[in-house]
Amino acid sequence: MIPELGSFSLILALCLSALLGGLPIAGAHFNNQVWISMARPLTAGVFVFLGLAISALAYAFITDDFSVSFVAQHSNTLLPMRYKFTAVWGGHEGSFLLWTFMLAGWMLSVGIFSKSMPEEFVARVLGVLGILIFGYILFMLATSNPFDRIVPLPPADGADLNSALQDIGFILHPPTLYMGYVGFSVVFAFAIAALLSGRMDAAWARWSRPWANVAWAILTVGIALGSWWAYYELGWGGWWAWDPVENPPMITWLLGTALIHSLAVTEKRGMFKSWTVLLAILAFSGSLLGTFITRSGLLTSVHAFASDPSRGFFILGILGISIGGSLLLFALRAPLMKGSFGFEYNSREFFLLVNNVILVVSAASIFLGTLFPMVYQAVTDDLISIGPPYFNTIFVPLMMLLFLFVGVGPLSRWKRTSWAYLAAQLSKVLFASLVIGLILPLIVLTKFSLAATVTLILASWIVFAIGKDISNKVSNKRSTFAGIKSLSFSYYGMVLAHIGIAVMLVGAALTSFFSEERSVLLAPGESVELGGYLFTLEGSKRIEGPNYIGDEAELTVVNAGELLTVLYPQRRLYVASGTPSTEMAIDAGFFRDLFVTLGEGKGAGAWSMTLYVKPFVRWIWLGAILMAIGGTLAAGDKRYRRLRVRAARESGRGSETQTSTELQPA
Amino acid sequence: MKAHRRKRLGVILFVAAGLSVAIGLTLYALSQNIDLFYTPTQVAQGEVNAGQRIRIGGMVREGSVQSAADSLAVRFVATDYANDVPIYHEGILPDLFREGQGIVVEGSLDNAGVFRASRVLAKHDENYMSPEVKAALDAAGTAPEGAVTRPGT
Repeated sequence: MIPELGSFSLILALCLSALLGGLPIAGAHFNNQVWISMARPLTAGVFVFLGLAISALAYAFITDDFSVSFVAQHSNTLLPMRYKFTAVWGGHEGSFLLWTFMLAGWMLSVGIFSKSMPEEFVARVLGVLGILIFGYILFMLATSNPFDRIVPLPPADGADLNSALQDIGFILHPPTLYMGYVGFSVVFAFAIAALLSGRMDAAWARWSRPWANVAWAILTVGIALGSWWAYYELGWGGWWAWDPVENPPMITWLLGTALIHSLAVTEKRGMFKSWTVLLAILAFSGSLLGTFITRSGLLTSVHAFASDPSRGFFILGILGISIGGSLLLFALRAPLMKGSFGFEYNSREFFLLVNNVILVVSAASIFLGTLFPMVYQAVTDDLISIGPPYFNTIFVPLMMLLFLFVGVGPLSRWKRTSWAYLAAQLSKVLFASLVIGLILPLIVLTKFSLAATVTLILASWIVFAIGKDISNKVSNKRSTFAGIKSLSFSYYGMVLAHIGIAVMLVGAALTSFFSEERSVLLAPGESVELGGYLFTLEGSKRIEGPNYIGDEAELTVVNAGELLTVLYPQRRLYVASGTPSTEMAIDAGFFRDLFVTLGEGKGAGAWSMTLYVKPFVRWIWLGAILMAIGGTLAAGDKRYRRLRVRAARESGRGSETQTSTELQPA
Repeated sequence: MKAHRRKRLGVILFVAAGLSVAIGLTLYALSQNIDLFYTPTQVAQGEVNAGQRIRIGGMVREGSVQSAADSLAVRFVATDYANDVPIYHEGILPDLFREGQGIVVEGSLDNAGVFRASRVLAKHDENYMSPEVKAALDAAGTAPEGAVTRPGT
């Protein structure tokens, strides 16, 4: 009964979203206040019914209703309760419902936090999102209804949740990633609403900026969580593999990063308008592409859902209509946007343009590498794969170039910065970073290392340039404290995010260059030395969990004669599905991780295993956290609320309403 | 030419130059990093030169896995049930590596015709068969009934 209610809620949500996609936009076009005022209630309705649907699915999981096919495939009576609940997003159908529900959540927040924007603009934004969510719900009902029953004979027990998913990473990563992904739909809807209304002024950029920042921050966390999860769950000691399914979030993130910088130029200087709109469309397309790649089963990947062709075509349809439609609208309306080029090559605008070019080029090359095997196969019928070396060859040099400009950007000024001023500002920064980069590795490693030197020079370049900028800003205030207090939230957001970049750079580079790993076969009592740590296998024993059985080894780690820690890597066999799974043992530290994965037992208590010492690996995720906090801080800046009110007052005077009527097609 | 026109042209040239360098680099990197995919039958027919980096997809032949007792070395046979390729790998095999299971190996053939795998991939979802393995079995006409496949294959 409950699953049928879930299905019914989905159908109601579909009907409401059809109204939402039609009435408010038409109302804004024909200036019908009643239709415009329908936007918020309809949004709330869509949210409520999708909420009911996802609750019904969760209820089916919790009550072990294996007559529901999706539950039967992804749960089991032995599954611990927290995984029963989160198994809701353990497969294609349920995770798509979660995705759709999250979009409804974003829509609801747009409805709530948009009181200061003109009503017709909000109606257009919610209308565009309504069309989108209509497509999603239709897709769900047509090809992947999570409430489909198994008739007439439901299985006695479920097939169990994939063992790799029974983990805290699975509870956190998909919802966060989806939340960030879907957030870019909101920025997209703002852009489309602006195109529809024809008012491409700075107010539009100001309204979108907080949303773009928050979506970007959440996406950052989502990607970092995925990387962290892959690191400790998949057991190959890596944190990024350029897997075809990892790439679309990365593409979206890079485009999103370009977008939040370009929005700054549009808001502050009224420039790059059409470019910003295009970036909003592209970032959203990146998020759709991610869904398409994961759910169509077109590419080989650890993430791929087993799939059927009708889904792929349907998603391709959604992809084509939304991207094609928005690009067409863009092509029709972009010429109306008047841009100006009132800046010099040494202005902040120019440096932000460089930032955008580099980010977009990186995104494009990742896109090319991800889709190339598919295109190649379509043309030549040969299967190929593009490995990590391709992505590293392109991405690493581009990022190094970008990091140079991350140092320069914040110190430059709008319109024009004299070269002499820049040189004076940066010479000390350059000197300090050269000193750090050359001396520090020599002291720590006692030998010269090009990789460590370049990394540290770039990271200190970013950090010192920001330090210089803060000291400039603070020095002309009465006291240091007054200066620090006078800086805005959005400035601190920028500072934190850029420091996050430096921290992540240090983590990523040092881990890649200085990690040590060794695969060994150890008998009980035997030891092996790696990176100054002595690992000894003490023994192993049988273990039994709620839904698995397995072995657990015990290793002691001795460093400089002292017992540092004891590690317990496991090898599990999940009973219901018969899937084996390795559980890493990790001793996490600020400067290094020790990491053991268990291979096979070779008789007489001997085990094959891989040991890793990974310096600075935590800094990668620490950097991501700093960036996310930075993005959130920037979104919370007081000035947005103040400016929003002011913008609303201005538009109330009717100057902009006039512009929009002028642009209505005759 | 007016000053702002000149500036706009300058910016456009700058972007175009950046893009073409990037495209050039990208194409170069692409051409260096394509791993071609072969089926066991193609390898058995001598289509692959020793030392060339490739991927092979197939099933682990039942009863073929021999792992050394004192090291991590393992030998097994990848098959499309028409032809076999002997594989040698030194390292820990993925969780889902089992006899009769679809796998993808990366590496190159040595002069003795043994494939030295630098990486062995097995999928997380047992019901999911990677497109490469499916293609290999399809090509040899030995695909099992009801194997999950992707559109367009």
